[in-house]
Amino acid sequence: MEIIVCIRRAPTTDARIKPGADGKSYDPAGVNYDISEYDKFAIEAAIQLKEKHGGKVTVLSLGPTDTTKELRTAIATGCDAAALLVSTGNHDSWTTAQALAAKIKSLPHDMVLFGWNSVDAQSSATGQMVAELLGLPCATVAVGLEVAGGAAAVERLAAGGNREKLSLKLPCVVTCQKGLNKPRQPNLTGIMAAKKTPVEETPAQVPAGGVATLRLDPPPPRPAGKIVGKGPEAAKALVGLLRNEAKVI
Amino acid sequence: MGKFESPDFYAIDALLSEDDRNVRDTVRGFVDDNVMPVIEKHYEAGTFPTEIIPKLGELGVLGATLPEEYGCAGMNNVAYGLINQELERGDSGVRSFSSVQSALVMYPIYAYGSEEQKKKWLPKLASARAIGCFGLTEPDYGSNPAGMITRAVKDGKDWVLNGAKMWITNGNMSDVAVVWAKTGNSDDPKSIRGFLVEKGMPGYDVREQKHKASLRASVTSELFFADVRVPEENMFPKAEGLKGPLGCLTQARYGISWGAIGAGMACYDLARQYAAERIVFGKPLAGHQTTQHKLAHMLTELTKAQLLSWRLGKLKDEGKMTHFQVSMAKMNNVAIALDIARVAREILGANGISLEYHVIRHMCNLESVKTYEGTNDIHSLALGQAITGIPAYS
Ligand SMILES: Cc1cc2nc3c(=O)[nH]c(=O)nc-3n(C[C@H](O)[C@H](O)[C@H](O)COP(=O)(O)OP(=O)(O)OC[C@H]3O[C@@H](n4cnc5c(N)ncnc54)[C@H](O)[C@@H]3O)c2cc1C
Repeated sequence: MEIIVCIRRAPTTDARIKPGADGKSYDPAGVNYDISEYDKFAIEAAIQLKEKHGGKVTVLSLGPTDTTKELRTAIATGCDAAALLVSTGNHDSWTTAQALAAKIKSLPHDMVLFGWNSVDAQSSATGQMVAELLGLPCATVAVGLEVAGGAAAVERLAAGGNREKLSLKLPCVVTCQKGLNKPRQPNLTGIMAAKKTPVEETPAQVPAGGVATLRLDPPPPRPAGKIVGKGPEAAKALVGLLRNEAKVI
Repeated sequence: MGKFESPDFYAIDALLSEDDRNVRDTVRGFVDDNVMPVIEKHYEAGTFPTEIIPKLGELGVLGATLPEEYGCAGMNNVAYGLINQELERGDSGVRSFSSVQSALVMYPIYAYGSEEQKKKWLPKLASARAIGCFGLTEPDYGSNPAGMITRAVKDGKDWVLNGAKMWITNGNMSDVAVVWAKTGNSDDPKSIRGFLVEKGMPGYDVREQKHKASLRASVTSELFFADVRVPEENMFPKAEGLKGPLGCLTQARYGISWGAIGAGMACYDLARQYAAERIVFGKPLAGHQTTQHKLAHMLTELTKAQLLSWRLGKLKDEGKMTHFQVSMAKMNNVAIALDIARVAREILGANGISLEYHVIRHMCNLESVKTYEGTNDIHSLALGQAITGIPAYS
């Protein structure tokens, strides 16, 4: 199987994201980067499929040259090849999807995997848009994925917590959700091997987008806490509030 | 307490390669996931967390600088140092396990062993399918191993080993012991040779040393040899005299100089976080002058230690490191880590003595780290010799 995993370099989940001086983008000071959280489920799914069915996993990303770090981590984890479409711009989902789709067309692919959402941009759209551009069937928020007889069996979260089972003819696009698997950590032998795997870097062809960011505002400050009283009486009042107001018990 | 934040006041990160940082972050994640949740329980029980042994093998930290042909990761020495730093940020016992396996068992097999010995043991030790220990110290000879009384006498094709070793890390868990013994007269340290003594060889016995108040999450043992027949092919062909064991110790001490930074960083960060949250006399503990003075001292010493070890790693990679330089780093970094641990313990007040907050564990562990692999006194004597040309210990 030829599998392509599209990953994004994004701030780590514990990063404190604050609007920067331009008021439009976040301040990169003190922010560490990693593979965007949900993309890790996509990488793990690809490696598991390769282990079961044989083949090759290529990781692909659109981003600044620093993204080679995340691509090498993916190789250290078990992916076979990496390609980076180099661009420093802040692109919306649609233009990102166009750049990725153009590259994917030039590569053999039985399956293209994404995370269902990115932890920074949070538009959860790129995977579906790439599917559209490639004319491929697509399943989103997968929590189960198997391949047999030229088709992918996908289990996905549907409304009301129901689980929906889909069958997609290969090639197809699947976006991955937490719960699909437990992403493995790269090991040190993998990191050393990854050093020897070249990351193919080409300038990205990103079309001009129709979306412009106007402002990035911090969230409103958290309202002050409430002290309901002292002693045993307070417990009663607290339970009442938790039950009737907060509705958590 | 919040997530661990490693201090990097002098932007030393920028001196590390992307791969070095990647290795460090990987081991840091491993320690967060596999060591931190279980270490308190094991320390209290006085047991090594054996459940992490296969995982350490899988991670590739064991013998990480040795070549890939023996199943190792083939890393540079800065990356190897960072591995030690991260493991000891978890616990000195976990780092000791890995140090002994890597520097005191795999390194001598690689540097002094025959090709058969390397092929037989290195892949197994790298993947943690076998565990090793290093027997140099004896009940009566610690700082002065030249005095050892364990002897090996040739009998036909075998060597017959008699004697005892004490304070041996990993002893009871080991499949193979690197044992140093004199093959000549008791006053002839030049006759010291190294042997691979295998578990189950008749006459070879081990006993765990219990009741330690330090390095509790580490196995320490006595080894006994009563007419143990060790075949000739189990002797290292390329190590003669005290140079053999001392060569291993240089490797291990190098790693310890980094490991101590890890323990120091853990204590500093815990103290910093605690001081920020704890309110005393109406304001955070961190806002009081004496606390700031303590934190400033801790961070300064840590930063100096980081630079010392980083430079030492570069020298080692260039093949220019001397064992005197290693003595300085081991001596300094362990001493400052212990000092930092003690001050952190103080900053945490009563919570500082609770195992829940980790600093007392690091503090007690570092007492062992200060003593093993050459005590602080002995390293200062080594430096004294480097400075004056006069060895004070002979
Ligand atoms: C937890 C633990 C694990 C260990 N693991 C191992 C292991 O795996 N393998 C192994 O072989 N050994 C191991 N050791 C032993 C360790 O290396 C020795 O304890 C160490 O070398 C010191 O020897 P000693 O305890 O006999 O102290 P001694 O040599 O008796 O020293 C006692 C004191 O005298 C000082 N002193 C000694 N000589 C001089 C001098 N010339 N001038 C001034 N002061 C001096 C020392 O600094 C020390 O303070 C371990 C020890 C511990 C505590």
